[in-house]
Amino acid sequence: MIISELKPLEELQQALAEFDKLFLVGCAACATTCKSGGEEEIFKLQEWLTEQEKTVTGSVVIDEACHIMRAARDLRHHKNAVQEADAMVVLACGSGVQSISSTIEKRVVGGLNSMFLGNVRRFGHYEEMCSLCGDCILNETAGICPVTTCAKGLLNGPCGGMEDGHCEADAEIECAWRLIYERLQKQNRQGVFARRVPPKNWSRRRQPGRYRLKDGGR
Amino acid sequence: MSHLSTQLASGQFVVTAEIAPPKGTNLAPALAEAAKFEGITAVNVTDNQGANMRLSSLALAAQLQQAGTETVLQLTCRDRNRMALQSDLLGAAAFGIENLLLLSGDHSKFGDHPDARPVFDLDSVQLLDMTAGLMAGFDMVGKPLDGVPNFFPGAAVNPAAEPFELMFQKVSKKIDSGARFFQTQSIFDRDALERFMAAMIPLNVPVVAGVLLIRNAKMARFLNDNIPGVKVPKVLLDRFDRAVDPLAEGVAIARETVGWARELCQGVHLMTLGHEDKIPAILA
Ligand code: SF4
Ligand code: SF4
Repeated sequence: MIISELKPLEELQQALAEFDKLFLVGCAACATTCKSGGEEEIFKLQEWLTEQEKTVTGSVVIDEACHIMRAARDLRHHKNAVQEADAMVVLACGSGVQSISSTIEKRVVGGLNSMFLGNVRRFGHYEEMCSLCGDCILNETAGICPVTTCAKGLLNGPCGGMEDGHCEADAEIECAWRLIYERLQKQNRQGVFARRVPPKNWSRRRQPGRYRLKDGGR
Repeated sequence: MSHLSTQLASGQFVVTAEIAPPKGTNLAPALAEAAKFEGITAVNVTDNQGANMRLSSLALAAQLQQAGTETVLQLTCRDRNRMALQSDLLGAAAFGIENLLLLSGDHSKFGDHPDARPVFDLDSVQLLDMTAGLMAGFDMVGKPLDGVPNFFPGAAVNPAAEPFELMFQKVSKKIDSGARFFQTQSIFDRDALERFMAAMIPLNVPVVAGVLLIRNAKMARFLNDNIPGVKVPKVLLDRFDRAVDPLAEGVAIARETVGWARELCQGVHLMTLGHEDKIPAILA
């Protein structure tokens, strides 16, 4: 899921300075799971805004804020409260914020910083394991992604900074290449070490990404 | 052909030293320092070393070459994508630079621009491959070059890295990708160097052992805490702690390491960081 966190309150305060009446939007998917934009956080935000002497005209937690059409539909159900507001405050990832900003004329204030596509290690502990490079090498690397979990995204083995099997960029983290090496050894295969991996085709990751199912999804 | 390549080919023990470009445009101190080097085959010019922003290594190396000092141009993947790396290499060739040390580069978080976006479009193996391609007359997409560079490409290795086999598979890849010599991370452990050289001998690629002049215990501890891949062992820390004249002790330790290299390797790379006057004593 997309890992996000609340922006610093001072930053939010500034972003909201020119508005009095606000409509709040959360997301029932990722932002709820990582406790940045679910019912609970929307409620806390409302309390905080009231302390700041703002008026909250209403709120909604959209099923998946990244779904542009559903987001628009959910907002229509709150038409009056939305209309009454000077601005929308959205507690969803950057995608979610843009679903809202693309369906409504009103000013939209994003309340979160979106960080990465994360796995849940345990409650409240998230780790980035895939950075969506568009050209997946996992089948050769024993299911450990060097593009993401090596701090330099190296493709041909560890850098000279590996110390006691740990990463030069973060001593708390094990070197991705050591992990790949050990797991491949356990699996009794050479995997990615059998070849020199050529430079990555970054055109697979050209932004902005666009993708359509060939049969239109039917 | 560069002196470094001919001397290594003829089995002569080579000595390389290191010089860092200035932070700013004042090249005079670096040029003066280089002029003072004696008995040195070539001088490495570092590339935003430790991820600290400096004048470009290419610019200083070009000036040194013109002043008659042979250089080893260091080039990292941290700050340039594949296009910039290729252009810089062609530019280096135009300035008569032949020796290269092709590196991944320390992560940007270590340096003075920790907010910078690290590039790492290529890794060091791919950079070596690309360099071999340029030498064969083609860029990375196979387009022919008008004027073909002549390089002597080198790579880096940390002989003490563990697991050994994991480190060594990358060494093999680097050789397959055209590395013609290695310069090592600072050596502190003779056993580790012996084990590494035993594995290197059949591959027949010369190894220039890294020797770092440590000034005192404080510097040794700083290196352990802050420099990736550098581990000054406890025995040496103890020697510095006991020494009456820590700098003299550092020179003595460096001289011992040079002794190991004379036995086991094909040269030494001296990192003296401002104490270039100690080089004769270290080589004595
Ligand atoms: S290689 Fe890594 S970043 Fe790319 S798709 Fe696979 S897991 Fe994701
Ligand atoms: S230590 Fe390992 S994980 Fe860290 S940057 Fe180097 S190769 Fe990548």
